[in-house]
Amino acid sequence: MSTGNTTGQNLDSLYQEIILDHYKNPHHTGLRDPFEAEVHHVNPTCGDEVTLRVHLSDSADGVRRVEDVSYDAVGCSISQASASVMTDLVIGRSVDEAMAIHADFLTLMQGKGSVEPDEDVLEDGIAFAGVAKFPARVKCALLSWMAWKDATAQSLAGADDATEEK
Amino acid sequence: MTLPGLLPELEVVRKDFPILERTVHDGLALVYLDSANTSQKPQIVIDTMVDHLERHNANVARAMHALGAESTEAFESARDVVAEFIGAPERDEVIFTKNASEALNLVANTLAWARGPLEIGEGDVVVTTEMEHHSNIVPWQLLTERKGATLRWFGLTDDGLLDTSNIDELITERTRVVTLTWVSNMLGTINPVAEIARRAHSVGALVVLDASQAAPQLPIDLAAMAPEERPDFLVFTGHKTVGPTGIGVLWGRREVLEQLPPFLGGGEMIETVRMERSTYAGIPHKFEAGTPPIVEAVGLGAALTYLGHLGMDAIHAHEQAITAYALEGLQAVKGLKVLGPLDAAQRGGAISFELEGVHPHDIAQVVDSRGVAIRAGHHCAKPAHARFGVQSSSRMSSYLYTTPAEIDALVEALEYTRSYFKLDG
Repeated sequence: MSTGNTTGQNLDSLYQEIILDHYKNPHHTGLRDPFEAEVHHVNPTCGDEVTLRVHLSDSADGVRRVEDVSYDAVGCSISQASASVMTDLVIGRSVDEAMAIHADFLTLMQGKGSVEPDEDVLEDGIAFAGVAKFPARVKCALLSWMAWKDATAQSLAGADDATEEK
Repeated sequence: MTLPGLLPELEVVRKDFPILERTVHDGLALVYLDSANTSQKPQIVIDTMVDHLERHNANVARAMHALGAESTEAFESARDVVAEFIGAPERDEVIFTKNASEALNLVANTLAWARGPLEIGEGDVVVTTEMEHHSNIVPWQLLTERKGATLRWFGLTDDGLLDTSNIDELITERTRVVTLTWVSNMLGTINPVAEIARRAHSVGALVVLDASQAAPQLPIDLAAMAPEERPDFLVFTGHKTVGPTGIGVLWGRREVLEQLPPFLGGGEMIETVRMERSTYAGIPHKFEAGTPPIVEAVGLGAALTYLGHLGMDAIHAHEQAITAYALEGLQAVKGLKVLGPLDAAQRGGAISFELEGVHPHDIAQVVDSRGVAIRAGHHCAKPAHARFGVQSSSRMSSYLYTTPAEIDALVEALEYTRSYFKLDG
């Protein structure tokens, strides 16, 4: 009756080595200056929280870049690893590129396991494909991504306001 | 294995609960340790509800036909069963609500609307505790914000007990309501409710007792309590006492219920309606507007009758035996820390814990993969978690059908969790 193997495989599809590595050694943690926007997002069902700052470059060449994303997060392995992977993916990209990656990750997470991730775009993010099969954990994986999108939108809006004032 | 205090013929009792036979994840036996969240249902509750729907369904108190009479009889008989279960001084003091949250909100809202002696105003104080479920905090925040009153609360000791050292500062002439849980859903703590009720009544405050976690596991006899130690209101929910969801109970002292204004307006709660104004029915119907959850009430009646047959003293002894066994087993897991009292005699059957190096979400996920169902998160008690400096915790909660072998299965699953996350051996 024991189906230890099946069970193990199910769990392993959720807890990929890449996820556990990022969980144990998360990248870009801590809150840093400078930043244009800081947000605080909470997963009300479990209490996981993230405080996240975004710093965008000036748009001298018409293109704004994600200079830095810094964060302070409390949460499960999935939410912590997802924040780490997200910062790897968006820092250094143009805002438009980063938003496109965000959209791809969102599609992957909302696909209930039916979406084949593109490693060229999502890199370590493909490890989260298994999470999409665990509906209760999708919110964990999306917490920091949603916070980043919110903070980036606020940074852009703030910059527009500043431009208008001038 | 067997332990002193376990329910006699536990294996036979378990057969009353069909869900305990099922498997999860392709063939693993279900180990259900989430009963403080919701309890499982015995066959008699399921059958009684089906029988009502199949044979007696009609609206209550307004249908002049055979089925209407049968349905009304079944619904009102359930009220009698509830009254007996809690030892209510009067059966009409038992009001059906949809859950414990609605019962607490009923009290807080009608107090906010009350005029006369029960009116709460600026400078008045409502006292709660730091170990409450959110449903016994937020309604009182809303009340005090609306009325310009102040919400204060008992803190907790490091051991997870209610800190009553400043009771004289909290319960004063300005205190109008003291509301607290009998048994904590997170820490398991059993509170000294008689002592607190006595103090509250000495200053003329009303006492609200949240018995959501107490009703499933402690014998309750309101009529036998000394009047000064008896709460003015007691609430619990049906689904934690092996009944269905969608049905809760508010018991209130007649004199206070009669002074409070209605909660919801509608059918059933009126005496007569004119376009200019209406007059209201007496209790309990005054607080039961609209068609009530009839089959749920009938199911709750069957559930409490079932608990009565097993005997609440026997159920309490069983819970204590299992809780003691679980506390011992859990603490043998390396890196595991129990939040709350460590003496089974002083606590209920919900045990929250932390496992160093693994987040509660991940613990629940891994033990679920072994068929073990526990809860992870803040258990709707964020302030209590904040008090102990933790974001969230894992919680196992047993009930009358829990076996020592199921506790062993949890402990094994926790050891597996440690190895899965490669914590040192």
